[in-house]
Formats: sequence, C-alpha cells, structure tokens
Amino acid sequence: MSAEPRVNPILNAYGAGLRRGLVSTRIQLTTPGDVLGTVVPIALFVVVLVFLRRLDFDGAVVDVGVMSFPGLIAMSVLFSAVLGIAGVLAMDRTNGALLRAKSVPGGTTGYLVGEIVANALVTIASVIVLLAAGLLLFDGLVFGTPGRWLVFALVLLIGLVATLAIGAVVGAVINSPKNMGLVMLPVMGLISVSGIFYPLVALPVWLQWIAQVFPLYWFGLGMRASLLPDAMAAVEVGGSWRLGWVFAMLLVWAVAGMAAAPRLLSRMARRESGSAVAARRQSIQQAWGV
Amino acid sequence: MNENQGSGTVIRASDLRMHYGQKRVLDGLDLTIGAEEVVAVLGPNGAGKSTLIEILEGFRARSGGEVAVLGEDPAHGGEAWRARLGVVLQNSGDHGKWRPRELLAHIARFYRPYVEPRDPDELLELVGLSAQAGQRIQTLSGGQRRRLDVALGIVGRPQVLFLDEPTTGFDPRARREFHELIHLLTDLEGTTIVLTTHDLAEAEKLADRIVVLAGGGIIADGSPHALTLAASATAEVRWKQDGQAHVHATEDATGFVRRLLASAQDAGGDGGAGEITDLEIQRATLEDAYLSIVERFEAGEPVAAAELREELRGQTAAETDMRQTDEGQEAVR
Repeated sequence: MSAEPRVNPILNAYGAGLRRGLVSTRIQLTTPGDVLGTVVPIALFVVVLVFLRRLDFDGAVVDVGVMSFPGLIAMSVLFSAVLGIAGVLAMDRTNGALLRAKSVPGGTTGYLVGEIVANALVTIASVIVLLAAGLLLFDGLVFGTPGRWLVFALVLLIGLVATLAIGAVVGAVINSPKNMGLVMLPVMGLISVSGIFYPLVALPVWLQWIAQVFPLYWFGLGMRASLLPDAMAAVEVGGSWRLGWVFAMLLVWAVAGMAAAPRLLSRMARRESGSAVAARRQSIQQAWGV
Repeated sequence: MNENQGSGTVIRASDLRMHYGQKRVLDGLDLTIGAEEVVAVLGPNGAGKSTLIEILEGFRARSGGEVAVLGEDPAHGGEAWRARLGVVLQNSGDHGKWRPRELLAHIARFYRPYVEPRDPDELLELVGLSAQAGQRIQTLSGGQRRRLDVALGIVGRPQVLFLDEPTTGFDPRARREFHELIHLLTDLEGTTIVLTTHDLAEAEKLADRIVVLAGGGIIADGSPHALTLAASATAEVRWKQDGQAHVHATEDATGFVRRLLASAQDAGGDGGAGEITDLEIQRATLEDAYLSIVERFEAGEPVAAAELREELRGQTAAETDMRQTDEGQEAVR
C-alpha cells in the first residue's frame, strides 16, 4: 500500500502468539472449571501420598510418600502437557478455533505458539504450587542447595519441552475429542511402569527396559535426584541417579518431538476446512447425543 | 503481480474440478467474479457450494482446473495473499472464554505486516457489539456471535470476503440485523463479497448476482431479477368481477389486463355491473424461479438449462453493464 516499513511477518506472528499465550493462561487460571480440573487430581494424589508416609520400605531412609512425591511432579507435567496440548488441539479443531487461525495471515503459527506458551505457563504454575505443597507436607524432601534447584529447573524445562512436543504430536494425530480416551490408556500404562509410585527395580527386567525407552521414567528420576536424599539413589537402577542419562534421554525426546511436531501440525492445519470442522462436530454430536 | 487484475477480475475459475473418489462434486465449473460484486451461490444440498468456497479460500485442494483469486492460485497463496482475504466461518463456536474486544484485537494484530487493521472499538461499534465488548463470547446470542464473526472477517480490510451460510439457524430479527450489516459493508468500500446460502430471500436481498450450482457446474447465473424473469415469464392475474374471484395465467400480463379492463367497460358502461375490483398481478418469485431451474435441471433438461444460462448472461450484461468481457485478455495469453 505504501513504502512505510511494516512489521516482520514472522516476528509479528510469534509476538501475537505470545500475547495469545498470556490471554489463554489468564483464562485458564481464572476459569473455575479449568482450575479445578488441574488442581483436584493432583490434590488427590498428594493426599494419598500423605497417607502412604508411614509405610517404610525395607532399608529405605524415607517413607513411600516422600519417595513418590518427585515422580508425582513428573507425572503431573506429563498429564498437563500431553493431555493439555492434545486436548486443546482436538477441541479447537472441533469448535473452529484452529480454522479461524488458519484464515488469518500467520495465524496457525500464532495459534500454536500461543497454546504451547499457555500450556507451559499453566504447567509451571501448577508445578510451583505442587512443589510448595510437597515441601510443606513432607519432611524427608531435600531442596536446600542451588545445585538441586538447578537440576530441578533443568529437568523440568527439558522434560516440559519433551512432553509438550509429544502432546503436539499426539494432538496432531488424533483428530477428535472422542479419541482422547485412546491417549489416556497408553499414558496410564506408561505411568504404571515408569517407577513413579515404586522403584523401577521392583519390576521385571524386560519392563524396566521398556520404561527406560520413554521419557517419563527419566523425568521422574531427575526429579528424585533433585528432591530426595542422595542415599535414596540406592533403590534406583544401578544404584545411581544417572543424571547424564536423564538429560540425554530427555533431550533426545525433546529433539525428536520438536522435529516431528511442526511437520505433523502443519499437515493437520493444511487439512482443516469448514466442512471438516462441521463433520467432526456432527460425529461428536452423534456419539455424545448433545 | 497486480497486472492480472487490471480488468477488475477478483475471482476466476475455469474448468474447475473436484472429485471425492468416484463422486464428482464440481465438474468443469467456470466462474468469473469482478471487483465489488456481491455474489450469492445457491444450490441444492451437496451441490458443492461449500466445496467451491473452500477451494477459493485456499482451504481445500482441487482435483483439477485453473483457479485464481486476487491473481494468485489459492492452493499456493502465501500469507500476504491470505491477508487480502476475509473469511466468515460457518457456525463457529470458538474462543468462547475470550472477550469480543480481546479476540478482535488479537486477530487484528496478525494483519499488521500487511495493512493497517481496522480499529477493534470502531469495528465493534459498526457491528453493534460495543455493549458486549467485555463479556465472554459464549454468553453472546447467535446473532451477536455471527456479527462478531463478520467483524473478525473484515478486521484486516479484505478485498474479498467469503461467507459460508452466514445466517443458518437465525431468527427473523437476527437475520434482518445481519442483512443490514452486510448492506453496510457493501456500501462502505469496494469489497467483493461471495456468500453461500439456502435462503432465497436472503440471496435476493443481499446479492446483485446469483449463481445457481447443480450437477457439478453452474446452471444459472444472473441478477435476481433476470433469473426470475427468465425462469418463468408467466404472471398470475387475479381480480373480482360481480363478486366472483378470477385467476388467469398469462405471459403478457399488461396486454391481458388492458383487454380485461376494456371489455369490462364495454360491457357494463357506468352502471357498476361487471366492474373489476381487487386487481392483482403476481409475478413468479425468485423462489419459484430457483425451484423451476433446479427441477428442470434435475429432470434432465441440460439443453434448457444451458440456453437459460446464455439467456441470463445476455440479460445481466445488458441490465447492469458491470462485468467486462475478458476475451481480449485471453486472446493475448
């Protein structure tokens, strides 16, 4: 229109995305339904862990509740990130939000940046609340040194990136909220074999190998390394926190997810159209009778 | 880049084909839409209205043929091209927890690299949602929601605006308000508007050109008036004479009424007997015309439809003299 210098399109899309992330975060943190959906399951787990405090393992220095608490943080991040992103994508493909984003220049990028930022912020907020509650309730946690803070922050950050990327991949692949159940099942299975509520060494060796392929075990291990007394490493595989492996495996998953997610997301966005949204909505109405 | 549109052609499709497996939804469709036209696309369910719009919007890849929207192929339109398009989504239910002002400002921001977007507050004023600017979108009524959709569609000052069945499920008042809004848009500035609808009254009210889609192609194309005339030249004349109601169908209503009145005068003189009262001439409505066009087509009278199409083209050109012929340009290519 004129020679007036305009904003760089890519920077602008990312900027709009960040702004979207902030608005979306505010909405999620101020909508009672959303807050309860996040807080209630975590609170239930914390309560269970508090009652588990008295059951000591043979030779363990701390009780089961304290032992499981760091893994609970990893699990809640996995839930929040994978189910959060996949759920939002499935929802927004049904209600037309993604199509709206697609109809706007740079909108798809802005949408994805925004939803990922919002999910990351909400997840971090819930981790902070969970950590604070844990430090208050469990005496056996050790979180007093900058070294532990650093491990905690790094594991959380890389684990968050990995789980968000996995969430985006899952969300791009499943195409309807109806299929969220299909995601829950493997996630539950993964949790049960990933050494969250009991040491991995208690499992058969072949299950230990399976668990160590996936990021959740390493995420939980990193959390335990940052929050439990060093003596607790005795019940881990190899009797060590294996921090090098923790970072390596989480990075591999983060990089693989980040490589796959944009391609799958753009394929998903490319297929989006008004009639696709209408068809999806109709199939949900038929299935749920709403 | 803009050379292609020098003639004022905004949309051009030629031999457009869309197949889903064996099913041919669009089969060699040709369509040219000029700048500032308001075109309604009508057609039976499954005629491919939404498919056509989605191909033009760049949301759906076609099976074959040539398409240019604002001089670019929608299948490969970049973000700068996208910025010149406005899309009003069908039946949207997104961003329910956002507030209208918030969402409008958010969407507006995406256009900044390309054009100065409209001011969100002025736009809310325009679509009559100033009072609702700060309330959650999910609390808006269906009509308010759709007016917000229009505001979102035009925030980037689009050169072409697509509306896919914008008033489905509206009550009459919401529909009326929506029509007024669209009229406002056509008056405001030179935006080309393409809408699909099931509602003939709506098409007649909003569009200056109606395109009827059936059997994978365009079976009629013209102004609402020309369409009505061409589909059915007969008019019904109703009157009362000596307390008795009469109806007569004729192709020459004027001549018939002239003769009718003359004969009544001859017969009764000034005495009052045989006097004609309650005279009424009723022409076919656009709905009659539309139904007869589609019926004729479905009954397998393609020749009649083709003739009608030619006939209409001639009439429209003569009537509005708006669309330019592009034959010269095509010859140059």
